[in-house]
Amino acid sequence: MDAAKEPAKEASSSQPANPQVAEAHKPAPNMPQFSRDEDLHAYHEMLLIRRFEEKAGQLYGMGLIGGFCHLYIGQEAVVIGMQMASVDGDQVITGYRDHGHMLACGMDPKGVMAELTGRRGGYSRGKGGSMHMFSREKQFFGGHGIVGAQVSLGTGLAFADHYRENGKVSLTYMGDGAANQGQVYESFNMAALWKLPVVYVIENNRYAMGTSVARASAQTDFSKRGLSFGIPGEQVDGMDVRTVREAATRAIEHARTGQGPYILEMQTYRYRGHSMSDPAKYRTKDEVSKMRDEHDPIEMVRKRLLELHGVPEADLKATDAKVREVVNASAEFATNDPEPDPSELWTDILLDAHA
Amino acid sequence: MATDILMPALSPTMEEGKLAKWLKKEGDPIKSGDVLAEIETDKATMEVEAIDEGVLAKILIAEGTEGVAVNTPIAVIAGEGEDPASVQSSGGGAKPNGAGGHPAPAPDMQAEGMADRPAATAKTGDDAPKAPAAPAVITNKADEPVMEEFPAGTPMVTQTVREALRDAMAEEMRRDGDVFVMGEEVAEYQGAYKVTQNLLQEFGAKRVVDTPITEHGFAGIGVGAALSGLKPIVEFMTFNFAMQAIDHIINSAAKTLYMSGGQLGCPIVFRGPNGAAARVGAQHSHDYSAWYSNVPGLKVIAPYTASDAKGLLKAAIRDPNPVIFLENEILYGQSFPVPKLDDFVLPIGKAKIHRTGSDVTIVSFAIGMTYALKAAQALAEQGIEAEVIDLRTIRPMDSATVVESVKKTGRCITVEEGFPQSGIGAEIVARLMVDAFDYLDAPVLRITGKDVPMPYAANLEKLALPNVAEVVEAAKSVCYK
Repeated sequence: MDAAKEPAKEASSSQPANPQVAEAHKPAPNMPQFSRDEDLHAYHEMLLIRRFEEKAGQLYGMGLIGGFCHLYIGQEAVVIGMQMASVDGDQVITGYRDHGHMLACGMDPKGVMAELTGRRGGYSRGKGGSMHMFSREKQFFGGHGIVGAQVSLGTGLAFADHYRENGKVSLTYMGDGAANQGQVYESFNMAALWKLPVVYVIENNRYAMGTSVARASAQTDFSKRGLSFGIPGEQVDGMDVRTVREAATRAIEHARTGQGPYILEMQTYRYRGHSMSDPAKYRTKDEVSKMRDEHDPIEMVRKRLLELHGVPEADLKATDAKVREVVNASAEFATNDPEPDPSELWTDILLDAHA
Repeated sequence: MATDILMPALSPTMEEGKLAKWLKKEGDPIKSGDVLAEIETDKATMEVEAIDEGVLAKILIAEGTEGVAVNTPIAVIAGEGEDPASVQSSGGGAKPNGAGGHPAPAPDMQAEGMADRPAATAKTGDDAPKAPAAPAVITNKADEPVMEEFPAGTPMVTQTVREALRDAMAEEMRRDGDVFVMGEEVAEYQGAYKVTQNLLQEFGAKRVVDTPITEHGFAGIGVGAALSGLKPIVEFMTFNFAMQAIDHIINSAAKTLYMSGGQLGCPIVFRGPNGAAARVGAQHSHDYSAWYSNVPGLKVIAPYTASDAKGLLKAAIRDPNPVIFLENEILYGQSFPVPKLDDFVLPIGKAKIHRTGSDVTIVSFAIGMTYALKAAQALAEQGIEAEVIDLRTIRPMDSATVVESVKKTGRCITVEEGFPQSGIGAEIVARLMVDAFDYLDAPVLRITGKDVPMPYAANLEKLALPNVAEVVEAAKSVCYK
């Protein structure tokens, strides 16, 4: 993956006449640096996702999690970098590979894991499952199982922000597969037309299920997908949390200041199959191990913490232990929490109408 | 040779209009393309252009005349070499209705005299056709609704369904700043069917939002805004186009409350004309009532009268759930009494007994009510008293009102324009089998649209739709008469 080696490639040009857009397209002069605390924060957050997903994979193998289960392992830097650039109240919405986004939004790992096991303590009381969790409190709007649907919905969240003039931004995630859906472009058009505060984050993990980007996309540079609507875009090294946060800061600022939507193509990689039932025969083991060994988003931060920031290894081990404890507690809860009461079958279909 | 200029139809459903203004006077030379006059309908003002050359010999309909029926001669053009003073209209068109005159006959009334009438009750395509139904004598006298849902003595105003829908939206938008309307041509064009007329002027472009022609995208944006707590009214120019958006209606709007364990409600109204208009072919004539009624998490409303349209649309906008509000293009221009109340809201999920009777129950909704009510009158003239129930809401369905009626009459038929298989009538039949089996004295029969894509040809389209004679025949059949 070339882009993973190169920091924030120069963005595609879309509206050179617009000085703000031109500014946004400038390559980063230097690799952005994180402070010790920022790296510690990123390390903890990404590790929580990694360990949580590993545990989810384990529970799936034990038959405790059913149906579909799409793991985020390898892509952690994307959502954590984005969250480090957003503020409370900004909305997040994504597709079905959504556990990482929930944890990044601050949702309780116990509630997420219990939803995966279909228990009453899950975020959707066991009625949504892996792909359908929400938290109004954390402004996380799902969790959507129809590829591309979240893009129109996320644009609608931005429409509401614009309508209310509340200064919030909708962070709308999709994969490289969803980026080929028709409604994505309908949404791009309206978002640009009405200058809606939305950042479209295209998580290009190189495979839409088993189909590589090259086999599915006439234009493989996803940052250019908004070009005909005048939406600026950038390709970003999505394996490095620092470049992600830097690009995110620029994109969110653009959206928040009334300049309309912005596209970030996050070049990333998923280590696991598309879902738990995917043997991933469409790529080589070498390709995967090369990414893990050379570009792992967590390992890069760990190295910096040790070598650059001088954090004692014992401190990191303590963090690892703390994260494992949280994840184990979530698995414990999700295993022992009862299934929903049978009466739950008939609840939450309609809200009571009170005029 | 003299040529008649006829009152033009500006849309497939237009039956009459106002001759607003003559732009040429008698004696003026006319060439092809000249604008002769302006015609107003309840939807729009249009210009009448000449397609013939000559001299405007006679103006037959004075400007300002209202209720001029389509195809009425409105002027005569004298050809080359003819004396304009002596030319005659060939006549032959419908006579104009003066102000206060009777409305033009509805399309189904014209169907009555057809010799080759299709089978009376619902058949799917693989059923055997076709027994001719007996002709029925119909009068066009309207019944007043039986059940009053506002205080006695409430003053009434006469309104079209179109005006009632507009008023319902305007009242709710005044009441709640979170309510907004979006869709194709809703703002500057004033609505493709003029349902959103003047909303832009009152509420501005922020709350009356013109969208590109991208149903999938703007339905999703509407749902996203609703998940965030706003209360969008999404207008589909017709529900045929909502097929592009049905994923968001079903998967995003209807299911999210359940999938979120009750966290995320979706207070949204999807509204627009549904079902057949007239002569618009198979892709623009589909009745989706049964489709949406199949989905838990939705409410589905299909009103007939202007009063129900207003009271139920207001209720739909206030409802915290996704509501499908199915209108009908042919009903838009029809007038009904509407109670003059500051805040007239009707309950969703309540059927209305539109006419009482003891011999047979006719269950219908939306434009199906026009067949049902005319059939009830024809039946009354033959000594059969039909009880006509307007479902008004399709989901949740008020089958209790239907069951109570059937306990009294022992007989039931259903009327709808939609397809027979898995239709609303089929649902009512199934419910009656369970809840009124011991009260039925005859099988329940369904009158539906025929099990074919809607044809374009006028005669075939009439055959494809239900007609009053079929309803009358079915009612007599279940009464064994």
